[in-house]
Amino acid sequence: MDLRPLIPELTLGLLALGLVVLDLVAPPEDKRIVGWAAIAGLIVALFPSLLQVSGGSVLAIYDTYAVDPFAGFFKVVAIVSGILVIGAGLEFFRDHPTAHEGDIYVLIVFMVLGLAAMAAAADLIVLFLAIEWVSLISYVLAGSLKADRKSSEAGIKYFFYGAAASAVMLYGFSYLYGAAGTTNLYALAGRLRTAPPGFLVVAAVLILAGLGFKISAVPFHQWTPDVYEGAPTPIVAFLSVASKAAGFAALLRVLYVALPPGAWIGIVAAVATVSMSLGNLLALSQGNIKRMLAYSSIAHAGYMLIGVVAISAAPGVLGSGISALLFYLAGYVFTNVGAFSVAIAVARATGSDAIADYAGLGQRSPLAAAAMGAFMLALTGIPPTALFWGKVFLFSAAIESGFLWLAIVGILNSVVSLYYYVGVIRAMWQMPPAQPATADGRTEGEITPPVIETPLLRAVLAVTTAGAVVPGFFPDALVRLAQTASLLLKL
Amino acid sequence: MVSGLLSLVVWIPIAGLVVLLALPRGQVRAIRVVALVTTLADFLASVWAAAAFDFSQAGTLQLTEQTRWIPSLGVTYHLAADGLSLPLVLLTTILTVLCVIYSWRVDLRPKEYMILFLLLETGMLGVFLALDFFLFYVFWEVSLIPMYFIIGIWGGPRRIYAAIKFFLYTLVGSLAMLLSILIVYFHSSPRTFDMVALFQQKPLAGDLHLAVLAFWGFFLAFAIKVPMFPFHTWLPDAHVEAPTAGSVLLAAILLKLGTYGFVRILLPLLPAAFHALAGMVAVLAAIAAVYGALVAMAQTDLKKLVAYSSVNHMGYVMLGVAAAAAAQGQPALRNAATIALNGATMQMLAHGVITGALFFLVGVIYDYRAHTRGVNDFGGLWERLPVYTGMTMLAMLASLGLPGLMGFVAEFSIFLGAYQIYPAFTVAALAGVVITVAFFLWTIYRIFWGPLNARWAALPDLDGRETWTLAPLAALMIAVGLYPAPLVGTINAAMIEIMSLVR
Repeated sequence: MDLRPLIPELTLGLLALGLVVLDLVAPPEDKRIVGWAAIAGLIVALFPSLLQVSGGSVLAIYDTYAVDPFAGFFKVVAIVSGILVIGAGLEFFRDHPTAHEGDIYVLIVFMVLGLAAMAAAADLIVLFLAIEWVSLISYVLAGSLKADRKSSEAGIKYFFYGAAASAVMLYGFSYLYGAAGTTNLYALAGRLRTAPPGFLVVAAVLILAGLGFKISAVPFHQWTPDVYEGAPTPIVAFLSVASKAAGFAALLRVLYVALPPGAWIGIVAAVATVSMSLGNLLALSQGNIKRMLAYSSIAHAGYMLIGVVAISAAPGVLGSGISALLFYLAGYVFTNVGAFSVAIAVARATGSDAIADYAGLGQRSPLAAAAMGAFMLALTGIPPTALFWGKVFLFSAAIESGFLWLAIVGILNSVVSLYYYVGVIRAMWQMPPAQPATADGRTEGEITPPVIETPLLRAVLAVTTAGAVVPGFFPDALVRLAQTASLLLKL
Repeated sequence: MVSGLLSLVVWIPIAGLVVLLALPRGQVRAIRVVALVTTLADFLASVWAAAAFDFSQAGTLQLTEQTRWIPSLGVTYHLAADGLSLPLVLLTTILTVLCVIYSWRVDLRPKEYMILFLLLETGMLGVFLALDFFLFYVFWEVSLIPMYFIIGIWGGPRRIYAAIKFFLYTLVGSLAMLLSILIVYFHSSPRTFDMVALFQQKPLAGDLHLAVLAFWGFFLAFAIKVPMFPFHTWLPDAHVEAPTAGSVLLAAILLKLGTYGFVRILLPLLPAAFHALAGMVAVLAAIAAVYGALVAMAQTDLKKLVAYSSVNHMGYVMLGVAAAAAAQGQPALRNAATIALNGATMQMLAHGVITGALFFLVGVIYDYRAHTRGVNDFGGLWERLPVYTGMTMLAMLASLGLPGLMGFVAEFSIFLGAYQIYPAFTVAALAGVVITVAFFLWTIYRIFWGPLNARWAALPDLDGRETWTLAPLAALMIAVGLYPAPLVGTINAAMIEIMSLVR
């Protein structure tokens, strides 16, 4: 067996095992070294994956594992989010001392490996194993602040929802196997052509339950706000971008390769509509930044599902749903991790995740506030940001493939979303910082201390802001990358 | 000819913005000086561009710059100016200088304040000069964000409500426009975002159904910005709450982005759809003219009064534009349509100068003197403030269309042209003129004549800085009013060119 196509996975696996050893020997009071080593290792692991984005397509490990630009792209997304999230975690765990800090960094690297496998799985069984691999690590990570009741609650809740979703999805897989007698996605494609359409619709719905859970699409989203609120913030950032991205990778591969569009396109369009609308409407009334970002992440799953639905016959650069989705995901990784990083920094200073406690941040910490402002406007889709172009591409793909109504739904939702994203901006710049006024009306000291802008925080914010904004001015390179990566291995 | 002149005009404010970012907060004086120097430099750059502009060919797009921006999408960086955009660019650069001068005394976070004004200037100039749809759209949105903050941070008591209302309204419009841009793009062949190419192609000419759909997207964006009745409800809130310089730019330039969009984009891009719906636009315009005037008359808050008079004046502009759209496919009406369109463009400039001055004048009395804007709270002010009285009367008389001042030229052309196309609506809109005359004269009477209200016995007259803010605008009102020929000639050449695309 030729192991060369698997170099990215092997690198990640060796890295993770090496980190386990390092975690064992590192002194308990200095587990941060594991995090730094993980970042360094992930940066090295980035390169073989980058090569795959522009490389060819092959099936490896007895045709169960696809090595193609599409999977390469998602490996890059997983590794980059891993790097950023560990950076944010090093910041977060300064104030949340836990004996398991080192283990958490190790688990993140293991999870990156699982995410890579999710994007590349070309066989239902490999896919299921990859998803379970990722899920089990997610449950542990979500509950990793064992002293914190909310974190434990988040872990348990996530576990129960996830276990149920996986079971339903596995049931869906069994339908496909029953109909076709194979678990290989590419073999399924041919054999399912003659299957009765109603049967395929049932299978598609069951599979959507599992993957919809991973991308937090309505109606499989109920875990999202509670887990986001309770789990440690860097873990939430990781779930909201990397886990979601890998979910989309698996969804695209299963739906595009194995199932005929007729079986799922209407259902996915409906799920997209409901996710966008419900996510945005529920986000309106949130007062906690993490819950707000949870509903926002549900809404964004809805926008991205537009890209899944938009299969046009002969897409140009503008009009390909899949490359629009990839572009959007790339921008979303930086924007969302950036927003969560600011949330970590603010919570460090104020001890609170309430949006109201962002009051006066524009005065106290202009840099963090400016970055947060940029992330909020980017999430709304205001130019010039990466997500603005992402939305343009998604909507054009919808129009090009005859889903004008879906584009209109997306636009109406963007308007609604402005209200709550601007709510954060309003707090940061328009609300006065909470200050006790003395008798003569003057203010004396600030009760809310400024955000401590450590070099690490600055670095994370600089990278995420650049990733969120620079493609807004110069989207060309990312457009080309997304286009290359949209070549899903098709046999 | 120097190339890159228009880029210079668009990007000088950003250069100043970068300098401001580097300055420490405490250096208030340096911050103000940098802002003033930047806006002055930008004004000079725009004058330089005007000097390089060939006025004998004002109908054609000149000083063109076109380079690739996003090659994979075919999006270009395409700037050019003609007789329509050049005067608006000059108006923008002048008014921004005056706003900086007027805002010299803003003490609340001056650094952010000036940064936002410079960003706003780039956004507005970019909209007037961009000829690629995406470039246009990006500038359009960029002009939105600074205004949100200007209203939301430096505004009046209800600033938070007014700012988010402004943002939400305009975002609905711009996203609808984005959809229309994409629809137009997908029906063009070869596919392009270049406006000039699309005006020639008229991609949706064969499909009136789809053209009307695309029309609505653009219409919503522009009509909200103008604002046309019934989309005007954000305007009184935004104007009343915005700080003085914000109101000035909002009224003088940002509203013009909407009317500019109608003339520059909708007329030549979707003439058939616009023709089909011109009657509706004319009705809304006539309603705005009359309704705006009536509501203005009922106001006792001077700032609200001026705000509603903007609704009324923008109604005239839209009447002229609707008349031009109605003339599509009717060569006999081409001449009348051009006259109406000339008037509409002239009115954009006149309203910019006059209403800009009026908002400054409201600010002068409210911000630093009386701290009230109640029309009925004053009386007999001319005894104490003769220069202020003179300036205000000049601006109000110009606004109501007194012959010999700038507003008259514009309104006369609009009504002259529109009457031949929409006689009934024109007569209705003329009722708006009568009401405007009535409420402005009544306002002048209430504020300046009668016995002096003893409360104001100690008010000082205009100081040097305020005089400097207002004198250029007053001079423009009189100069263009007395000798409009060069400006009208320039605009006329551009309008003839645009009408030739309305086929």
